Amino acid sequence: MSEHRIDITVNGRRHTATVEARASLGEFLREGLGYTGTHLACEHGVCGACTVRVDGVAVRSCLMLAVQADGCEITTVEGLAAPDGTLHRVQQALQDNFGLQCGFCTPGVAITLAAVLDDDPAATAQDMEAAMSGHVCRCTGYQGIRRAIRQLAGEAV
Amino acid sequence: MKPAPFDYVRPASIAEACAILSEAGGGATVIAGGQTLMPLLNLRMSQPFILVDINGIAELKGVSRAGGATRIGPATRQAEALRDATLARQLPALVTALGHVGHYQTRNRGTVGGSIALGEPAAEMPATAVALGAEIEIASVRGRRSVKAEEFYLGPYMTVLEPDELVTGITYPDWPEGHVVLFREVAQRPGDFALVGMVGALALEGGSIARAGIAWFGMGPVPVRARQAEAALLGTGLGDIDADAVAALAVADTAPFDDHHASAEYRRTVGKRIFARTLREALDIRSVA
Repeated sequence: MSEHRIDITVNGRRHTATVEARASLGEFLREGLGYTGTHLACEHGVCGACTVRVDGVAVRSCLMLAVQADGCEITTVEGLAAPDGTLHRVQQALQDNFGLQCGFCTPGVAITLAAVLDDDPAATAQDMEAAMSGHVCRCTGYQGIRRAIRQLAGEAV
Repeated sequence: MKPAPFDYVRPASIAEACAILSEAGGGATVIAGGQTLMPLLNLRMSQPFILVDINGIAELKGVSRAGGATRIGPATRQAEALRDATLARQLPALVTALGHVGHYQTRNRGTVGGSIALGEPAAEMPATAVALGAEIEIASVRGRRSVKAEEFYLGPYMTVLEPDELVTGITYPDWPEGHVVLFREVAQRPGDFALVGMVGALALEGGSIARAGIAWFGMGPVPVRARQAEAALLGTGLGDIDADAVAALAVADTAPFDDHHASAEYRRTVGKRIFARTLREALDIRSVA
């Protein structure tokens, strides 16, 4: 059972820590660093709640080891809003359109939408909906999320 | 922490990785994208003593061209392969199939070689390798060898890979420019494993079919090559193809199973329909019936 020294940047802040090899990135973010906005649910890659950005790319933090994130830049949901508290436009669209119910799946949904729009600012509602196949909302609040997506795509809501 | 304890190593070369696998005597597991292995570790269905992370091995990544073939490094991410210009030009069937592998988030980390080495019978990448006639390159401290994709799979999640071996490349022979892509799958939700699916390529020459490579996924314990259908298509003029008859031959080569998602009978029935429809649409031919 090996332990490893890692150096990672989360939402612009550098952290150095020692992690057990078997710790997932999601668990380390929550338990090790206190970024509890990242929600762990199924922990086997089905629900998408734990999605974070690793070097800009949206991945499931339950399907990656913390030690594998050594040297990487991570963005969690806490890093989406501006320092003055202004919501990211994805967060604003979700709020405007009741795109969340209990809110458990929301951090993952917001991170994926932000990544899709950063990759392609001209992403269509269809592109964003396709990326949503990787997220499960157990409240079944999908219509609100779809309205938020239409707003983000500049379509009539 | 969900997984059982293990040691983690991150070799920098194929030689180093092979040495670790050899010394571990079967106690080591390779992790590439981890999109299937991590769930198995979290569920403790897999309990290796050593996890060998191949993400630091540069020679296992990227797409290259050599001698009438396209080679994909096994640790190439699915999302990167999906955006690759060489693959889009040379292997459109592979790129089409890749769009159906997992989800946006898992393709960002999952690798082409990981899916091929895992051998899930309902997955797109193994069947695509079989259909297109790919060769799997394998290395160990004992030497290197190459195995046809069709001979690589022994059963669900079972391949000819020995515990000390590592997949080091997947080589796809060229198909002529303008060849026809066949792809269709039926899944309960986008990103789910297919209940039944088929993938392949057809090369046309002078109005008839000069080369055919077609395989099923979700239709047996391994990817199943539609040999009888390929034989029936070869040399046949486009106007003489009876899509329903060819589909019946294609289904005759399969060995689907019952599970809680669908019965074998459902898979055969739907398989025959999607095969005939895909063939008809791809060749723009009308049903003889």
